[in-house]
Formats: sequence, C-alpha cells, structure tokens
Amino acid sequence: MPDLNVNGVAIDDTFAEAFGMRATAIVITGPNRKWARQAAITMTGFATSVIGCGCEAGIDVELSEDETPDGRPGVRVMVFAMSTDELQKQLQNRIGQCVLTSPGSACFAGLIGPTELKMGAALRYFGDGYQISKKLGGRHFWRIPVMDGEFVCEATTGLTKEAVGGGNLLLLARSSAQTLAAAEAAVERINAVPGVIMPFPGGVVRSGSKIGGKYKGMIASTNDAFAPTLKGTVKSALDPDINAVLEIVIDGETSDAVAAAMRAGIQAVVELGPEQGAARISAGNYGGKLGKFLYHLKDLLP
Amino acid sequence: MSVLTFTLTSEPPERLDLSDFTPQALAGLSVSEIETMRVGQSRRALRVADVFRISGEPGDTIIFEGGSSRLDGVGTGMSEGAIRVIGEVGARAGRAMRGGTLIVEGDCGPHAGSGMRGGRLSISGNAGDYLGAPLAGELAGMAGGVLTVAGRAGDFAGDRMRRGLIVVLEGAGDHVGCRMIAGTLVVCGGAGAMPGYLMRRGSILLDHAPASLSPSFVESGAPDSVFAALIDRYLVREGILDHPILGLAPRRFSGDNAVLGLGEIMFPG
Repeated sequence: MPDLNVNGVAIDDTFAEAFGMRATAIVITGPNRKWARQAAITMTGFATSVIGCGCEAGIDVELSEDETPDGRPGVRVMVFAMSTDELQKQLQNRIGQCVLTSPGSACFAGLIGPTELKMGAALRYFGDGYQISKKLGGRHFWRIPVMDGEFVCEATTGLTKEAVGGGNLLLLARSSAQTLAAAEAAVERINAVPGVIMPFPGGVVRSGSKIGGKYKGMIASTNDAFAPTLKGTVKSALDPDINAVLEIVIDGETSDAVAAAMRAGIQAVVELGPEQGAARISAGNYGGKLGKFLYHLKDLLP
Repeated sequence: MSVLTFTLTSEPPERLDLSDFTPQALAGLSVSEIETMRVGQSRRALRVADVFRISGEPGDTIIFEGGSSRLDGVGTGMSEGAIRVIGEVGARAGRAMRGGTLIVEGDCGPHAGSGMRGGRLSISGNAGDYLGAPLAGELAGMAGGVLTVAGRAGDFAGDRMRRGLIVVLEGAGDHVGCRMIAGTLVVCGGAGAMPGYLMRRGSILLDHAPASLSPSFVESGAPDSVFAALIDRYLVREGILDHPILGLAPRRFSGDNAVLGLGEIMFPG
C-alpha cells in the first residue's frame, strides 16, 4: 500500500477517521505554574478515552500571567465527551474533586459558546451559604470559602458542538525505541498546536483498538492488524521489518485544529527520518463509514 | 448616528424635570413637538423652547449643553443610547436607568443613579448624598450597572445597594454602603464614618484602612485573594482606575454583624 515517501519515511495512502464530539475548555490558574499545572494534570487524569473514562481531557496550552483573568500562571484544559449531559457531569465532578481541592487554584471559562455548562453555578453549594456571587463586566464569578482563602470559579463555561475526536497517526518502526522516539517527536510538535489535546498517556497510545471482538460485550478489542506478534497469524497491515507501532490520538476544538495537529505530527516524524524514528506512517479508520471527519494523510504532507 | 442637542439659553427660573428626555422617549418625535413639551415643575409651566435651544434631530444620542443644578431626572429610565451633559445636573440623574450611557461632565445633586439597574453612569464631578440609593419607601437601591464618580460622593452612597458596581475616586461621606444587600462599592480617597453600617452582604473596597469602623465588624484575615486580583484588573482594564488598589492579599473585615454579617470591607494590607 505505501506509495508516498518523504525523507525516507513511507506514508500510506489512507485516512484517519474521526467523530463529532462535544467539547468545553476551562482556564485553571494557580499561585505559581507548578500548582496551576498540578490542578490541570489531576483533573485530566483517567480521561484517556470515552470508552472507559466518560470523557477525554488534556492540557491544551499553558497561559502566561497576561493571558489569565486573575494575572496568575494558568493552563487551558479541554474536555471532550459524546453528549452534553455526560460532559456536564464529567466537568462538574472533575472541577469539584480536582481543581477545587488544589491549593490556591481558581477556575475560569476557557471557551465562549452559545450553550453553557455549569461550573461555579453548581459548585457554589460547597460554600454552604457563605459563597459570594460577583458579576464583573458581564462575567459571573462565585467565591467559595475554603481553608486557604477562597476558591474563585466562574459560573459557567461554553460548549462547542464543532469539536472532533479521534484524529490519529500510526507510527510504524523497526524497533520499540524508534517508534517511541517518533511518537515523542510528534507529541512535542503537536503540543504547540492550539485547540487540540492528546488524551492518552504522554499523548501516546500503544493499545490501538478495533471495534468489537470475539467476546460478547466487548466494545473494542486489540487492533490485531497492527500488532507485530500477530503478523503470521492474522491479516496483518505490517511489513516484515516492522516490530513496533504506536498511535497518537488527537481531539480538537475544530476539524481544522485536528488537521493542523496531524500535519504537525507528520512533519515531526518525517524530519526525524526512518533511522531515528518511524519507517512508515499510517492512520486508523473504519472504512470511512462511521466517522463524519476523514483526514487523508496525502493531504497533510509537509 | 443623529444627535439632538439641547443648549441651555439661560439659568432656569424653576426646577426642570428632564425625565422624559431620553433617546427612546424622544424617538419618533419632531423637533417642534419636543419644543412644546413641558419641563417646568411649577405653575409657570415652562416649555422646552423657553429654556433650551434645540439643534440636530432625535436619534440615539442627546447632548445637554450647559448645566444647572436645577436640571432634575436627567436620563431617568433610559435603556439605550447615550446622554451627555456638559455641565452640572440636579437631583436623580440616571434614576432607574436600565441601559445605555449617561455622562455628566460636572457635579450631580442627590440620588444620582438612584435605583439604576443597568447601563453606565459616569460623573466627572462630585455627587451629592444618596448616590445610587433608593428613594424613600423603596426596598432596594442600585440593582445593576456601573456608576463612577470621578470626584467625591456625599453621605449614604450605595445605600441598600443590591447589585452592580459603584466606584468613587475622591472620597465619600459618612455611611457608604449602609444597609447594602449585595454588590460592589469601591471608594478611593477615604470614606467617612461607619462604612458598611448595617450591610448584609456585598463588598466595600477601600484604597486604605477606614478611619472609623463600626464595632460590629470583625477582622477576617488576609489570605491571598483571587477576587482582589479580578476586581483590580477589571477596574484598570476598564479605565476606571489607573492603578490596582487592593493588591495580592488585602485585609478583610466581615460585617455588619448587627445584621446578617455576610458583607465585607477590604483594603490593602
């Protein structure tokens, strides 16, 4: 199948297939960068896949003091889910358990949208009657007394229905070390793209899946076509010299953001070359029938 | 954008009620109809043309050129557009306004911004007593909007305030924020006796420690305050203040414990 080749890296003439999702974004600030990041990391833990976590979440960008409402260091976190209700539930639980609890944190809207999700408007009850409502310049904040002062949380944040989940790249290499190097290079480059997150550990997933399985009730099971140890057993997508595959999964605020992220990832992997990194780039899809968004790799070449 | 200008031709011989002269109230009227509208409040029954010369045509902006402390009720109930007064005004400027912008380039009499619910009232001179306060018999004062006084405010500023923001830049008289229900009241340049007297909720923010405070307020710590950062940055961004007043960890007093006690007075530590 490989018929494109850039800098010695083969690129499959295939496409990534992605789905429409609901997404929101929030800005978390802290007394310093360490604690702003800590709140965000805790909040986005166990949020790799909607299959088992209810949502997919990650840090979009770090914000400087000039870019946050309270003039402190911050991070923009994005949360993706399949429905508005689930997104609301995940957002509320995660802010309540992970941001409210984090020392010195504050939480603000990170997205403007026609539909709003509750943040402080739901968490204010933690204040047990001592919470204070403040409206400033059209924005509504709740001040909730806590043991290190006050947790300030904007009442609502926006929701977008234009979000896309499941953009991906499959990085095929001759060894585990090479595919890991390629994946790290791609993640580093995609981190700089605004409006996207990579929800899996460090942005990388090694257990790519196919839909369904031989066992009843399994929604997803191992992507056998890309598992090197099954090369002789199943109809494999791997060449004889490929011994390891890693996947980068990308969720974006818009379809354009996902495309930009995939383009950046491909560029990073191609620049690394087949000796240091991946020998081949492919993408995961379901034949193009399930997802609304298709990203052809040949359109995203550097 | 059409502008209607009322130029004061002489000092009015009686108090004038200008509450009907808002952009939305004059929309659709001709200049000759406006000239015959009554403004006087006595038996003399002054008409507009008796004291004002009109130019321009009705639209979203009204300008009063030349002020007098006898011009009462300017901008009453306005909901959109802009009114600019070049000079001073009398009582109840911006009374119950709901939107739009009212700019007074001079002093205001008592009850400026009384019961306003939205919009923006900017006073570049001083304001009289009862800034934003309710009229006699009303349960709540200001309930929204932004009211700024570049000069000094009299006594009882923000009385029974319920929502919105008042900023006074050059000091206020006694009992600022008395009986406050909620909202935010910022006073730079010193407040008189007993700020926040009988306040239930709400925030009174001062640029330095109050000279006298009711004994029913209790000090409630000075932790790092994100709210202080938000309000400081908001006031500077809006051009209302030229520098932040509260800082990172302002001192805070809670009160008035003679009533509900959920209000606060904050000032830099």
